[in-house]
Amino acid sequence: MLKFIKHNLESIDGVSIYPIISLVLFFIVFVTMLIIVFRMKKSKFKELENLPLED
Amino acid sequence: MEKEQFYYDNKIVKLFLWATVLWGIIGMTVGLMVAFLFLFPNYMEGISWLSFGRLRPLHTNAVIFAFVGNGFFVGMYYSMQRLLKTRMFSDTLSRIHFWGWQLIIVAAAITLPLGLTSSKEYAELEWPIDIAITLIWVVMGINMIGTMIKRRQRHIYVAIWFYIATFITIAVLHIFNNLEMPVSAFKSYSVYAGVQDALIQWWYGHNAVAFFLTTPMLGLMYYFVPKAANRPVYSYRLSIIHFWSLIFIYIWAGPHHLLYTALPSWAQNLGTVFSIMLIFPSWGGMINGLLTLRGAWDKVRESAILKFFVVAITGYGMATFEGPMLSFKNVNAIAHYTDWIVAHVHVGALAWNGFIIAGMLYWLAEKIFKTKLYSEKLANTHFWIGTIGILFYTIPLYIAGFQQALMWKEFNPDGTLVYGNFLETVTAILPMYWMRALGGTLYFTGFCILAYNLVMTAKQGSEVEDELAEAIPLKPISSKRIAGEHWHSWLERRTILFTVLTTVAILIGGLVEFVPLLLVKSNIPTISSVKPYTPLELEGRDIYIREGCNNCHSQMIRPFRSEVERYGEYSKGGEYVYDHPFLWGSRRTGPDLHRIGKKYNSNWHFNHFIDPMNTSPMEDKILGTTRNFMPKYTWFISNDLDYSNIKGKMEGLRAVGVPYTNAEIQYAPYAVEEQAKEIENELRQDPEYVTNYGNSQIEKKEVIAVIAYLQRLGTDIKNK
Repeated sequence: MLKFIKHNLESIDGVSIYPIISLVLFFIVFVTMLIIVFRMKKSKFKELENLPLED
Repeated sequence: MEKEQFYYDNKIVKLFLWATVLWGIIGMTVGLMVAFLFLFPNYMEGISWLSFGRLRPLHTNAVIFAFVGNGFFVGMYYSMQRLLKTRMFSDTLSRIHFWGWQLIIVAAAITLPLGLTSSKEYAELEWPIDIAITLIWVVMGINMIGTMIKRRQRHIYVAIWFYIATFITIAVLHIFNNLEMPVSAFKSYSVYAGVQDALIQWWYGHNAVAFFLTTPMLGLMYYFVPKAANRPVYSYRLSIIHFWSLIFIYIWAGPHHLLYTALPSWAQNLGTVFSIMLIFPSWGGMINGLLTLRGAWDKVRESAILKFFVVAITGYGMATFEGPMLSFKNVNAIAHYTDWIVAHVHVGALAWNGFIIAGMLYWLAEKIFKTKLYSEKLANTHFWIGTIGILFYTIPLYIAGFQQALMWKEFNPDGTLVYGNFLETVTAILPMYWMRALGGTLYFTGFCILAYNLVMTAKQGSEVEDELAEAIPLKPISSKRIAGEHWHSWLERRTILFTVLTTVAILIGGLVEFVPLLLVKSNIPTISSVKPYTPLELEGRDIYIREGCNNCHSQMIRPFRSEVERYGEYSKGGEYVYDHPFLWGSRRTGPDLHRIGKKYNSNWHFNHFIDPMNTSPMEDKILGTTRNFMPKYTWFISNDLDYSNIKGKMEGLRAVGVPYTNAEIQYAPYAVEEQAKEIENELRQDPEYVTNYGNSQIEKKEVIAVIAYLQRLGTDIKNK
C-alpha cells in the first residue's frame, strides 16, 4: 500500500542519508555533552545548585 | 568590592499573577462550555460564534497562551531578577510585554469566535495578530537577554537556560509556521500546501507543546521546587544533561503526529525514533524534580504547595511516558483521532502545567504580598478537588478513546464493519463525556478557590512593588576561559554564545526534517487529475475554515482496511497539493470527510446543515432523546455568500503556487454564480426543497459554497 510513497522516496537522491546524518549528529553531540558534564567537579555543582537558595 | 543596593520589580510579577488567575478562569470556563456541548448539543443553538468549531480554538489558545503563558511570565520575572541579582533590564519593556500580551489575548478572544482563523492548531490567529505576537515576543527576549547582560551573578542557573530555550524556539516556530499570504485584513493562506503544510504545522504543534508548555514549566520547576522544599535540586549534573538532550531531541519528534498519513515514511520513522528517545531526558527531569524532595517528604504532608508540585511532576512523568508510547505506529493507529489524545494533553495541561502554576502562585503570594497565605486549608481543598478532577477528566476519556478506536476497527465475519454507522461509536462513549464534564467542573471549582484565596491574601497583605536587595557587582572578567574553569561553566557566563548554541541545537533538528521536503518538489507526488478548487469551492472551503469544521472532521483516510471500508480509498499526498492550508484535522468527533464528495446528493447536505438530525439522528440513552453533536448551521441558509474578494483570494493563492490562469481569475465571479446556479438546480430535484426554499434564492447563500466544496472533496481520484 505504501508503494505510492516509496516510489517517490526513491526519486530523491540519497534520501536515506538524512535520517543517518541526523542520528550521527545527535549521537556525537549527546556523547560530547555527557563527557563534559561527567568531567565537571562536584564542588562546582555544589556552588551552582545553591544559586536559587541564596536570597 | 562594595555591595550595591537595587530594587526587584515586584509589580510586574503581580500584574502577570493576576492575569494568570483571570485568564485561567476564562480559559477553563470556555473549556467547560465545550465539554457541555457534548452533553447538551443544543444549549447554544443558532449562535454562530458560540459553536464548537469556533470555541474549541478559543479554549486551547486561552489555556496555552493566556493561562500557561502568563503563568510562565510570573515565574520568569520573579526568578530571573533573583537568580541574576538585578532588576529587569527595562521596566518599559516589561510593561510593553505585559500589556502587549494581554491585548493579543483579547484580540484572540474576539477574532476566534468571529471565525477569523487560519485553522492551524494552536496557531489559529490571523496574520495581523501573528505579527503582534512576534513583536511582543522579541520585546520579551530583549528584556531577558538585557537582564542577563547586566547581572550581578556570574553563573546562569539552569532555570534560565530553559527560559532562553523557550524564547528562541518559540520565535523560530511561530515565524515559520505562520508564513502566510494575506488576501485581506483578516484572511490569509498558508504559503505551504498539503503535506508540507502538515509537516510544518505539526513540527510547530509538537514543539509548541515542548517549548511553550514544557521548557518554561521545567524552568519554573528548577527554581520553585527547590525554593519551596528549601533544598537544592537533586542533581545539577542531571539538570545539564536534561537540558541539552531535551532541547536537542524534542525538535525532531514532530512527525509522530502524522503517522500513517500521507507524509513520507522516512519522516514518520525519524519522528518515531526521536519520540521514543525523548523519554530519557524527560524522565531524567522528572526524577530530578521529585528527588529534590528527598528528606522533605514529611513536609509534603503539611504543605499544599509541595503537594501541587509532586502531582505536577508526576503528571509530567506520565505525559512524557505516554508521548513516546503514542509514537509507536501500532499504538498510534489506535489512539490517533480519538479521545485518548484529548486525555493525554489534559494530563499535561491540568496536572503538569496547571498544578505547577498553582503551587507557584501559592508560594509567590506570600512573597509578593508579604503575608501568610490567607488559608492553607483552602489551598489543600483546592489540591484535592483538583486532583480528583484530573482523574475524572482523564480516565473516562482514555476509556472512551480506546473503546471508540476498537469499535471503528471491528469487522463482521463477512467483511463488513460491525459499526458501519459512525454515530453508534459515539453513542457508546456518551457516559464518558458526562464524567469528563464532572472532572472539568471539579478542576475549575478548585481553581476558583485558588482565585479567592489569592484575592484574600492580597487584601490582608501589604504591597511592596519595589523590593530592596543588595549584591556585589560582577568583576570584569576575561571573555576567554580562565585557568581551571570548566568548559560548561565558561559557556554559562557567555550569554550570547549560549543563546546562539541553543538556537543551533534546535535548528539542526528542524533543518534535517525539512530540507528534503522543501527543496525537492518531486518528494510530494503529483497526480495529474488533481486540479485547483473552483472559485465557488474555494469560497466554500473558506467557510469550512471559518466554522472550524476541521476541529471535528479529519480529511485524511489512513491506509487501514477499516478506514478504507468506512470512508473509501485512502488519502494520497498528491491530492493535497493545492490545499493552503491543509485541513487534515486531529480528532474525529465526526467522521472523516476526505471522500465525502458525491457520496450523498446535495439535498442530503442541505438538509444536514439545516438540522443534522434530519439525516443523522443519534440515540442518547442517558437523556432518552435523539440528537447530534453537530450544530445546526442555519446561518449558512440565511447568510448571503460574500465572494467580493474572490479575485484577490485567487491571486493570493496563485502567488503561493496554485496555477490559476488570468482568465480564470477574471472570470471568477461569474464562475461562482454559474456553479451556484447548477447546484441550486440540483437541489430542486427534491419537491420538498422546492416547496420550502424554492423562492429563497438559495443560490446566493453560503450553503451553496459549502456544498460545492464538500461535493468536490476527494473526487479528483475517485472519478478517474
